[in-house]
Amino acid sequence: MEYEVVIGIETHVQLKTQSKMWCGCANAFGAEPNTQVCPVCLGLPGVLPVANEEALRLTTLTGLLLNCTIARYAKFDRKNYFYPDAPKNYQITQYDKPSTFKGFLDFEFQGGIARVNITRAHLEEDVGKNFHFDRSSGVDFNRAGVPLLEIVSEPEITSADMAHEYLNALKEVLTYGGISDCDMEKGMVRCDVNVSVRPKGQTALGAKIEIKNMNSFSGARRALEYEIPRQIEVVSKGGKLSQETRRWNDEAGITETMRSKEQAHDYRYFPEPDLMPFAPDDDWIASVQRRVVELPLARKQRFMRDFDLPAADAQAFVWDVPLGNYFERAAQQTKSPKTVANWVINNLRARLTETQTTLENLKFPPESLVDLTGLIESGKISTKIAQDVFIEMFNSGEPPSAIVEKSGLSQVSDVDALGKFCDEAIASNPKSVGDYRAGKVAALNALKGQVMKLTKGKANPNLVGEILENKLKN
Amino acid sequence: MAAVEIDVKYVAHLARVTLTSEESQRLGAQLGNILGFIEKLNEVDVSQVEPTAHAVPLVNVTRPDEIRPSLPQGDALRNAPAKANGLFMVPKIVE
Repeated sequence: MEYEVVIGIETHVQLKTQSKMWCGCANAFGAEPNTQVCPVCLGLPGVLPVANEEALRLTTLTGLLLNCTIARYAKFDRKNYFYPDAPKNYQITQYDKPSTFKGFLDFEFQGGIARVNITRAHLEEDVGKNFHFDRSSGVDFNRAGVPLLEIVSEPEITSADMAHEYLNALKEVLTYGGISDCDMEKGMVRCDVNVSVRPKGQTALGAKIEIKNMNSFSGARRALEYEIPRQIEVVSKGGKLSQETRRWNDEAGITETMRSKEQAHDYRYFPEPDLMPFAPDDDWIASVQRRVVELPLARKQRFMRDFDLPAADAQAFVWDVPLGNYFERAAQQTKSPKTVANWVINNLRARLTETQTTLENLKFPPESLVDLTGLIESGKISTKIAQDVFIEMFNSGEPPSAIVEKSGLSQVSDVDALGKFCDEAIASNPKSVGDYRAGKVAALNALKGQVMKLTKGKANPNLVGEILENKLKN
Repeated sequence: MAAVEIDVKYVAHLARVTLTSEESQRLGAQLGNILGFIEKLNEVDVSQVEPTAHAVPLVNVTRPDEIRPSLPQGDALRNAPAKANGLFMVPKIVE
């Protein structure tokens, strides 16, 4: 029998705020343990949490970027459980009235565009970090109370690869929107994966197995690559799977049981009495709307469509937004955006890296790049000379035409002048001449090279080729 | 009003408290009574009443995203039953 896989993903993302969700402690990674804590995030008695407005904005912004409905009434709830990294013995989260819900994310997958619907994105708080020793554990609460967004997908993902691409696309959107730095090394993104299998064609879902707390996307993919065949093996042999929570053991490359359905937590959610509901008005939502940016996929498609760029070039401008913006300013003034793109990607980017210059400190405007490609296309300078002009323009900021004028770099297209150089090359290279006349067409290149050398690279190579051919025919 | 049956043992486990059987019986009766009081709502017509998440009619209480001083590490750890290397020490976590 054939089986199909159903995967849903819960992604937890730390929001890019200065301070924590309910108190003014810094939201920053890497400080000495328990130095970014206060009575609120330590859960001491008698304290009151107050919501960070920027975190609420970033939540709404995420909702807008993921095509979600923005709730006009959201509230916070307590999720009760005991664990050493949760100082209050409950986590503040949004249970039945999340800030945003019902959206979707489109992304490139297997040569097409895949869509995964988003169930909801709700705001909650991160927990502390545990350290394990031989006979005890230690807790650092610097991370406790950091604003955390949980983005829940519909169970619509059908393979480990698709899960991986979904996660990458989600991360790209979040980074683009300035929602989160999404630094995996710093644990800013973690995910739980729900996976089940069922006979193909069956509508009812199989037993839901949750793999918890993966901190890398490749880990999530490997966990699925292990878990999917495991489940299929069990059911195809007539076995029965039951709902459980598993953990991914990265070293061993397997998933292991954490707890069964019977041991599942009873969270006893109830409305958080210390926090007021959040009911944003039109103006507030409009102010967040102004922060919406073009999404990576839309940007890629636009660059391919408007500037007729190949996918790889467009992707380069998606990954490097400032570079893409720079290209765009140049491309709007030229008829050959692809040529400009080549110069931006191959020359400008390389030179910026080499000299550790940022685009803000670049000495020449995008127009100069347009002029430079214009000089090549009109035959005024050769591509080779253009490289030198580019370096000069990079160093001095002077317009390319001025550089060409000043340094006498103009390509020599004067047939008479070039004719003399060609005669000289023919006279001093009898062997190449003989080879060419004997039918070795490639020998012409050697003569061409000589002329280029004599003219210090300023000759128009195509014209030189024509002149040489004519002279050698006679 | 009738007292409501509740699973005292389960509730005690959720709250991580250990009860003697005498306490279980006494608290079970009390908790049942409390729920019994709430059952009274069933006798009232609430079809015209909006459910509310909060008794105070106030929304959008927020603060600007600004960093304020945290506690010194020593103060943060002052109440900890055990501490080492700046961490709150707890029994070994196993899951």
